[in-house]
Amino acid sequence: MSTHETEYPVWRRPVLEDESLEEQAEHLRRRHLLLDPRYPWDMNDDVLKPMYQTSRTFWVLFVALFGLVMMGVVTWGFQIYWGLGITGLNRPINWGLFLVNTVYFIGIGHAGTFISAALRVMKVEWRRPISRAAETVTLFALGAAALSIFMHLGRLWKAYWMLPYPNQRQLWPNFHSPLMWDFMAILTYLTGSVLFVYLGLLPDLAMARDHTRGWRHRFYSILALGWRGTEKEWAHLETTLNIFSYVIIPVMFSVHTIVSWDFAMALQPGWNSTIFGPYFIIGALYSGVAAVIIVMAIIRKGMRLQYFLRDEHFNGMAMFLLLLTFAWAYFYFNDYIAPWYHGEPAMKVIFDLFRRGWAAPLWFLMLFGNILLPAATLWQRRVRRSIPALVVIAIFVQIGMYLERYLIVPVFLGYNELPFSWGIFVPRAGVILTIAALAFVFLGYLVFSRFFPLIPAWEILEGQILQGLRRIGRALLPTRTDVH
Amino acid sequence: MEQPKRKWTMVIDLDKCTGCAACVVACHAENNVPIVTDQEVARGRGQHWIRIERYWVGEYPHLEARFLPLLCQHCDNAPCEPVCPVYASVHSEREGLNLQVYNRCIGTRYCANNCPYKVRFFNWYDPVFPEPQEQQLNPDVTVRSAGVMEKCTFCVQRIRRAENAALAQGQPLHDGDVVPACVQTCPTGALVFGDLYDHESQVAKLLEPNLRKFRLFEHLGTSPSVYYLKGGASRVNA
Repeated sequence: MSTHETEYPVWRRPVLEDESLEEQAEHLRRRHLLLDPRYPWDMNDDVLKPMYQTSRTFWVLFVALFGLVMMGVVTWGFQIYWGLGITGLNRPINWGLFLVNTVYFIGIGHAGTFISAALRVMKVEWRRPISRAAETVTLFALGAAALSIFMHLGRLWKAYWMLPYPNQRQLWPNFHSPLMWDFMAILTYLTGSVLFVYLGLLPDLAMARDHTRGWRHRFYSILALGWRGTEKEWAHLETTLNIFSYVIIPVMFSVHTIVSWDFAMALQPGWNSTIFGPYFIIGALYSGVAAVIIVMAIIRKGMRLQYFLRDEHFNGMAMFLLLLTFAWAYFYFNDYIAPWYHGEPAMKVIFDLFRRGWAAPLWFLMLFGNILLPAATLWQRRVRRSIPALVVIAIFVQIGMYLERYLIVPVFLGYNELPFSWGIFVPRAGVILTIAALAFVFLGYLVFSRFFPLIPAWEILEGQILQGLRRIGRALLPTRTDVH
Repeated sequence: MEQPKRKWTMVIDLDKCTGCAACVVACHAENNVPIVTDQEVARGRGQHWIRIERYWVGEYPHLEARFLPLLCQHCDNAPCEPVCPVYASVHSEREGLNLQVYNRCIGTRYCANNCPYKVRFFNWYDPVFPEPQEQQLNPDVTVRSAGVMEKCTFCVQRIRRAENAALAQGQPLHDGDVVPACVQTCPTGALVFGDLYDHESQVAKLLEPNLRKFRLFEHLGTSPSVYYLKGGASRVNA
């Protein structure tokens, strides 16, 4: 480990004819991961080591999360046996926490792909160490979203009727239904995301295969698909990843637009809004980026990844979050002001409810978490570079975004055009299942982190090879390496 | 023999409705609608395929009670139908009925959300018919299980029975042959049921240019098959 302090890795050409530049170079190296290369074997060790360690904290977390998930499984069993009555749903409010969770988890699932694919397409270099950590969030969040949909069904055992399978009665699913589009979109997105993560994993799986013995060696040998790292294989991988990046971005946009259509296509006052498509996409990215910030902070501390995840990454994510704060605020008030101006009676009741009714605490907490707090703090570099501050802000964004979906689903549903049929939703068993779904995401992440490298070593190495320092006048500039 | 196209229609005269809720009871008895506990009703899970909505108009002491019997409106352009992913909510083009196929329902409850009249009822639990209620279950009507949606069918079992009887006798169906339970029970005759395509029928005559007729939420474009005749004379002093 100590060798890299004195010797430079092979590809870092000494550009420093002048000793006085050493200070500048050191400064840049501390700041930027890509300018601070290590020997590949050191990096591989750093990536692989956390995978073998299962500390006491790990087991405590594992048991706790597993317990929560099991609690959810038992509750779900009860629900299947007794009926959906135990969830606290009622007549005007036919959709409750499960649909809130679905939208919330799909929202979180957006960031992973976006950070990975969109930033890859735009060639943003700082994405390199966080792309896989983010994609993994997508994977498990989408899993939880799919689970939430199944929890929501009245007759789970007939769920396969939503699939267009050939049957004796020639019955097909109804492609007019937004739920059908939703089902198809999530399925597509989940498949695409799994493949996208897997493709990016290939070189690292091969690396893990070459550095392990025993069952892990066999495990990675199978998964690495015989990757050898030839020129041709790399070319194929690059092409495929590029195609995937371009293809999965529109899929991602379509998925959350379709999720919004579950609401926007309905007659329910407050739902039938034409702006819901882009508004939901921004909301999804917003909560997703905040979730990735939280996850980054957790794995940085828990897996000692301080070398990989630096201030520059948190800073970049925080700037992204600030941008999304403004975008979300714009869409939210746009969605709010149009019906207010329109003066639909049911909407007037809902707005009164938000301003001074029983929903006012929820509404104001949402506005605080989603607009006031991030917009008031994130413009400061000091806040953007402070991980605890960022985590607090990100958690508030999570709370705010969850509340936003909560207000849209069970609160709006309580107020329709027939005042005789208004109602209030008191969540019951759904709370346990919500906690269990959240625990499922964490548990999945925890287990994943012991089997798969969360840091894409090859992407960082590639970035480090491509980046170099050049002296221009008296200053050092990070440059794209020119190959001599 | 092919049955002719029909347009089953109900006309509800709000001036005649006294809000006695006999129709609600009749519907429960005819259609095996489960009677849930008072606790469940308080939670908003009451199940009544037809209900009397009571609205107060005016300020005390000049209060008026307005009763609005509300059942499935059997919309021509029903919002519940396109949203069902498995075609459990379907339209009978021949009869203008909005049908719910219990066996096909997987319980997404989208239809109930999208129904502006809120007349779709989900079975939150398996229905319970305590003794001796189970002795009077109607054998012509399915008892629905937990997890499926249900709603007013315009007593489709009675429509079938009347059609079959007419077919057996080799006669066309006459107006008044089909009487849903609520219509049969209404003591004031506020509810009238019939085929709108039959120009001699009672409903067609009632709806012939009638200044009092309206349909609920006409602005939504659902085109319901239930017509109301505007009331205003019914006064209940509170």
